[in-house]
This record gives sequence, structure tokens and C-alpha cells, in this order.
Amino acid sequence: MMIDLGSDRLGPSGDLFYAELLQVHEGLSPEDSARLNVRMVLLLANQIGNLDALRAALAKAKERFER
Amino acid sequence: MGRYQYQHFGYVPPPELSGRAAPSRYPVVIVGAGPIGLAMAIDLAVRGIASVVLDDNDVVSVGSRAICWAKRTLEIFDRLGVGERIVAKGVTWKIGRVFHGDREVYDFDLLPEDGHKMPAFVNLQQYYVEQYLVERAREFPDLIDLRFKNKVIGVRHLVDVVTVSVETLDGSYQLTADYLLACDGAKSLVRAELGLEFAGKLFEERFLIADIELKADFPSERRFWFEPTFHAGQSALLHKQPDDIYRIDLQLGWDADPEVERQPENVLPRIERVLGRSDFELDWVSVYTFQCRRLERFVHDRVIFVGDSAHVVSPFGARGGNGGIQDVDNLGWKLAAVLKGHAPEALLSSYDDERIRGADENIANSSRATNFMTPKSAMEKILRDEVLDLAGEMPFARRLVNSGRLSVPCSLAGLPLQTPSADAVLEPGSPCKDAPLRKDGEDVWLLNQLGDGFALLSFGSRPRIEVTDIAYIHVARPEEGDLQDVTGHAFERYGDGMTYLIRPDQHVAAAFRIPDAAAICAARDRALARP
Repeated sequence: MMIDLGSDRLGPSGDLFYAELLQVHEGLSPEDSARLNVRMVLLLANQIGNLDALRAALAKAKERFER
Repeated sequence: MGRYQYQHFGYVPPPELSGRAAPSRYPVVIVGAGPIGLAMAIDLAVRGIASVVLDDNDVVSVGSRAICWAKRTLEIFDRLGVGERIVAKGVTWKIGRVFHGDREVYDFDLLPEDGHKMPAFVNLQQYYVEQYLVERAREFPDLIDLRFKNKVIGVRHLVDVVTVSVETLDGSYQLTADYLLACDGAKSLVRAELGLEFAGKLFEERFLIADIELKADFPSERRFWFEPTFHAGQSALLHKQPDDIYRIDLQLGWDADPEVERQPENVLPRIERVLGRSDFELDWVSVYTFQCRRLERFVHDRVIFVGDSAHVVSPFGARGGNGGIQDVDNLGWKLAAVLKGHAPEALLSSYDDERIRGADENIANSSRATNFMTPKSAMEKILRDEVLDLAGEMPFARRLVNSGRLSVPCSLAGLPLQTPSADAVLEPGSPCKDAPLRKDGEDVWLLNQLGDGFALLSFGSRPRIEVTDIAYIHVARPEEGDLQDVTGHAFERYGDGMTYLIRPDQHVAAAFRIPDAAAICAARDRALARP
């Protein structure tokens, strides 16, 4: 099955999510920010609960470093 | 086209200082003859309310300042009698393009549907808008008393009266008014006189803003760059205006010295890099910071704050001037109804409810755009860069890119003046949607049919309903009535068989599937805050 990573599912909530993501990082050291991001990845991975989708997302995220 | 010729409106000694007859008390005194103060005076005059407008200057704004006038604002200007002139002179646009580096990330269309008289946006320099408003105001010589070079130097207010001290070339005088409308901008003297806190946030960022004169046929689009090669690491915005004038905004960073950056020898090379050419002339330059602030309340007894005196936002999103004109739209009919004794003074507190919602929406959108544009930490910068990188390919990331969420009208749904309705196609609290109609063989627009008072707007085959003091407007199928929906847009936007009670500011107050006079009167009384 094709994994659709691109479609927008946040709609108008996207701006709110972005603002809240900035907010949780506020005041953190770079290392703590990195830790926070990893915790977020782990929580979201479990929330998604689909290995195929996660593999597709990992591949897409890594493309940036293979150009 | 030449550059704008600034004309002085001139000073005329006021009646108080020249021995002419002057009333001992005026219904309304407006402080500030910018776009907000002038529109306010016209809105009141259209409703038969007289006002005195005081301004310390006698010339329109220097520099283009507010240039992007949004669709709802244009509709309000049309109601005030200057909309068509503004559209005819301005540059109409609806497409925005966003670039990252030299790559176009995406484009957006702000008005994808047909059947509206007014376009998504018109770019027109504030000085033209002010000139047109002054000329329109002068069409009401009995109702609008424009007093240029009359500087307010003091304000005293009691529960039911306001006294203003005014200074002129001929000396000082005092005016007493039922209401004082403070339309005197971000640095409002009236606000300072009342000692009110203007709470909010300053963003640590500086932008250079420049109007340049250039013969070029750039398309009528808004173009925004994140980190373009011509302005490394920063943001840039380009807007087209009439008279071969372009607006360029360049992010400078917080460390930039405004005095140094304002000097032509520093501005010119920056702009040359943007345009890749040097055959332009500098018309106006300014350096500004971003601020988002608002008063806790806009109504203080008989002193009411309108526009930038009440709330300021950072400019990306065109929410300053447009927000202020929506304030005018909201306040005009309410103040007129109170002054004519049609509504209790309590109606004015709904201006606080309704426009604080609008101001907060504008501040939230403007703050988010500013945060996206000016990352404050390494983490914020990384997040922004990765969103931009993904945006070329991934629609969800495109949606997160924020170069300014452009002004859209505020919905007043759920606030006390509106009567909720489960049947409504257009929800109570929404501004009316325009649609093309035919009347006596002529093409007309729905919004132009609405008039200045309350109206019942009915669609399709329904028996006529008469309610005292409420205009009745019936939109019929083709060949069936005086006012015909020949394209189907009106029926689609409002619903076949629906009847709406429309407020004097063209917002839906109530909606009925099966209307009856008692329910309509109750909704009208509610919209007037009658007990």
C-alpha cells in the first residue's frame, strides 16, 4: 500500500501546532531541545502504530542528507 | 505617471475662535484624520450623524504605509462611497508566491471563486485612500466638520461627557462632546491622556521598508522570499502599487541601526541586489520594528478607541488598516443607533466584544507569522528551515509555511447580538457574501442592495413578510422577480428558501427557514441590545 505522507491533515490547526511546538522548546538548551524532539518522535511513532508508515517517514526524513 | 503630489488641505479658523456660531456640545468628536478617522466620519454621516474631525496635520500620509486593502475592507469602502474609485486606481491581485532561496516553494490564490464585486486584494498607497476619503467627506458639508491643524492637547472625560482641548495657529479652545472617537493611531495621544496600558509584545526584529519608482512590468502578485540569495539569511517582500511604485520590505535583524539603514547610500545597494538593476528611484524609506499590542477594552465611558489606537499588529498579513476599517464598520451603526435613541447605550459594549475578538485574531495570526519569519533560537531556525525544505514536495508542510496569513473578515458567530440558527447556510455573525444579480435588466451586486439599516434578505419562493423599519429584499430565480439570481451564486451562498436578518454593517444577525414577524423583531431587538 502507498503511504501518503504529504497530504495536509492539520488544516487550519497547523499554525496553532507550530506555535505550540515553538512554545515547548522555549528556554531549553540545544541538547534538551534534541531530547524533546526524540521524545516527540517516539510518542508519535507509537500513536501512528504502523511500521510501513514509519519506514516511509524515516526514508523521507533522511532524503535531505542524501542529496 | 508622476509621483504623488501632496496637497495641503489648509487650516480654517474654527468657529470657537472666529466668533462664528458654535454648538455648546457636539454629538461626536473624532481625533485623527487618517483612514480610520475619515472612514468613521463618513460612516456616521451616511447614517445622518454629525461629527467634528480634528487632526494636527493637513496633509495625507507621507509614504505608502498601509497598502493592501482586503476584500471585506473594499466592500466597506464601497458602502461608504469610495470603493469603486479605490479599485479603479489600485493594483488588483490575488496570487501570492513564496520562495525559499531562489526556489519557488508554492503559490496561493486568495479568491478562487467567481461572483464577487470586490477582488481579494487591492494595493493602493495610503495617501490615495486618505485623499479619496477626504474628498468623500467633503460631500457631507453639513455633517462632517474637517478641522486640519487642530491639535488635541488634552482630554477630560466623565461618565457622560468628554471635553477636548485643542490648539491651533490662532490659539486654544475647548470642545464638549457626547462621544470622543480616538482614531489617532498607534501613538495615540488620547490613550496616553487616559493613562491606559497598551499591553503586548515587541518583536526583536527590524525591517526596512521602501517605496521605489521603477518602470517594470512585474506581475500583480505578492512575492515573499525566505533567505533569498540577494539578501542572505533574511526575508524579503515585494508588492506592486500604482504609478510604477513598488514596495519592498527587507528584514534587517535586531542589531541593525535604524538611522544608518535609512540612509540612501545603504538602502540603494540593498534594493539593487533585490531587483538586479539600478534604474529606479527611491520614493520613501522607513525602518520599523514589529509590535503586537492592544488595549484591554476599547470603550471607556464616552471615549472609544478605533484602529491602531486600540490595537497594533506587525504588518505581514495586512491586518492593521484592514482591522481598523472593520472597527469602523462595527462601530458606526451602533453609535448612530444609540445617538438616535434606537438602542440603549449597552449596544456599545458589543463593540468591545466583537472587535476584541477581531483584534485577538489579528494579533494571533500576526504573532505566528512573525515567529515563523524571525526564528529566535537555533531550534526555531532548524524547524523553520526543515518546513521550508519539505514544503516544495509535501502539501502539509506548505500549509505550515507562514509569510503572513492575509486578512480575512472576522466572524462574529456566537457573540451576544447574534441569534443562533441551526438552519443557516451562512451562519449568523458572518459578513454577507456578495453575488451578482439582475435588476430591471441591469447587472447589480447583492451587497449594493443592502442599504444602511437592518434588512430582511429572502431567497426563493417565500411569501413576502413585512416588518416595520426593516427593509425587505427578495432574491428570486431567473424570470421570477425584480431581483434575480441569474448565475445561481446567491442561492448557493445563502440557500434556496432561506431568509436572513442583516445588520446595518452587512453581517448576518439571524437566519430563518420559516420566518415570522415576531421572531424577526426579537432578533432585531437582540441585535440592538434592547432589553
